[in-house]
Amino acid sequence: MMSTRVLGLGPALRKAVFSPRIVRNQIVLRNVAAKRGVQTQSLPPSASIEILNKQRLKRPSSPHFTIYQPQLTWLGSIANRMTGAALSVLLYGFSLAYLISPTNFSSAKVVEYVKQVPDSVKYAGKVILAAPFAFHSFNGLRHLGWDMGYFLSLKGAYRSGYAVLGATALGTVALVLM
Amino acid sequence: MLVIGSREFSQAPPGPFPDPEFTRHNYLTPFPPLLSSLSRPRRRRLSRSGMQSLARSALRPALRARTFASSATRAQAAAVEKQPLLKEFKIYRWNPDEPEKKPTLQSYTIDLNQCGPMVLDALIKIKNEIDPTLTFRRSCREGICGSCAMNINGQNTLACLCRIDRNASKDSKIYPLPHMYIVKDLVPDLTLFYKQYKSIEPYLKNDNPPEKGEFLQSQEDRKKLDGLYECILCACCSTSCPSYWWNQDEYLGPATLMAAYRWIADSRDAYGAQRKERLQNEMSMYRCHTIFNCARTCPKGLNPAAAIAKIKLELAAD
Repeated sequence: MMSTRVLGLGPALRKAVFSPRIVRNQIVLRNVAAKRGVQTQSLPPSASIEILNKQRLKRPSSPHFTIYQPQLTWLGSIANRMTGAALSVLLYGFSLAYLISPTNFSSAKVVEYVKQVPDSVKYAGKVILAAPFAFHSFNGLRHLGWDMGYFLSLKGAYRSGYAVLGATALGTVALVLM
Repeated sequence: MLVIGSREFSQAPPGPFPDPEFTRHNYLTPFPPLLSSLSRPRRRRLSRSGMQSLARSALRPALRARTFASSATRAQAAAVEKQPLLKEFKIYRWNPDEPEKKPTLQSYTIDLNQCGPMVLDALIKIKNEIDPTLTFRRSCREGICGSCAMNINGQNTLACLCRIDRNASKDSKIYPLPHMYIVKDLVPDLTLFYKQYKSIEPYLKNDNPPEKGEFLQSQEDRKKLDGLYECILCACCSTSCPSYWWNQDEYLGPATLMAAYRWIADSRDAYGAQRKERLQNEMSMYRCHTIFNCARTCPKGLNPAAAIAKIKLELAAD
């Protein structure tokens, strides 16, 4: 008893002893049937690298951001990148436009244009401009903190992330009401 | 605490063990406690344990005398007849023998009441009982070898450390580690990952070894390595990093960089300056944008993001 327990054979032996003969025969049959009918062919070891390289060429890349769980960490990072790019495009686009045609894009013209726009569009436009600006600025401060060695724990990263989101909400409201 | 089989009893059994030391010394020898004096719920627990036969033989006279037999058998029957809890697992499949077939998600349904608690148990059950062609790496089943790293329900983790969500109405999705070349099913090609690790020379380098004995280190210096040396190189962090997804040909990734810092921070290593010099370029380390996916996903609870930030600080101070 003790020795079978040590070897972990207890359950298997019990099963073999107590199972009716038909079942036992089936187990034997299954073991025989499981032998593969696949043909194999002998190759020199040097051939393996060729097969491997052929296989490597066809390997798919596993899915990444489409299946990864949405988390504050990487979504915040992507948002930082996108708001940064959008604000840069706006800045450089407006500057270039002003360079090309100073009369059409002068401050006076812009003020005049915004004045005749309905209120709803005005507020929507303000939110679209203010939210990315606020987020990118506050997240920039968070990055400066990281570079100085602050909130480098996972908890710190999450707390500062939520703080940035909160500050962005407040900042956006403040900018829109300005 | 007395341990009988796999069950624990929070107090020493009453009766013939007046010695208070009993609880400390005798936990390896399973004495049958005086079962007739045990309360009912505790006896029920015992009858379910691996010590069933022992418990039964000891219980029998007492039970006959007190006619608790019916309730005891009912408790036993309830333990055996659990309702099946069917849960669907959707698992990424790709077969190199049929490379023209696109990778697909294959669905398997198993009874969680006939399965161990971890996702790895479910995978092994599926491979054993449903589909022997399902391919994945596993070895230690206790979170120290790092073989069974995969993406489970959107997060990279070790299948052996990840509990199955017992909510049967929701399926569980299992993918290989993200943005890696797939050898088969859940097995990613980690060749590049290991090459990157090798490239940072992950061993002690010191041209002036002590004349006698071993390198000595103060306790404070040794403490600096805590949270760094525990890495098992499962690649969960590197493959969770968006920067590593886009730039893994040049960016070393969090696991390798944390290993690099482990040797930079080691007071016994004499090549810290050279190690840092090799990271002083645009790609090797500075593709890290402090995203923190690595620290969020690490199944060992380590923080590669902080280690990389510390390298950056040291490089900035140079």
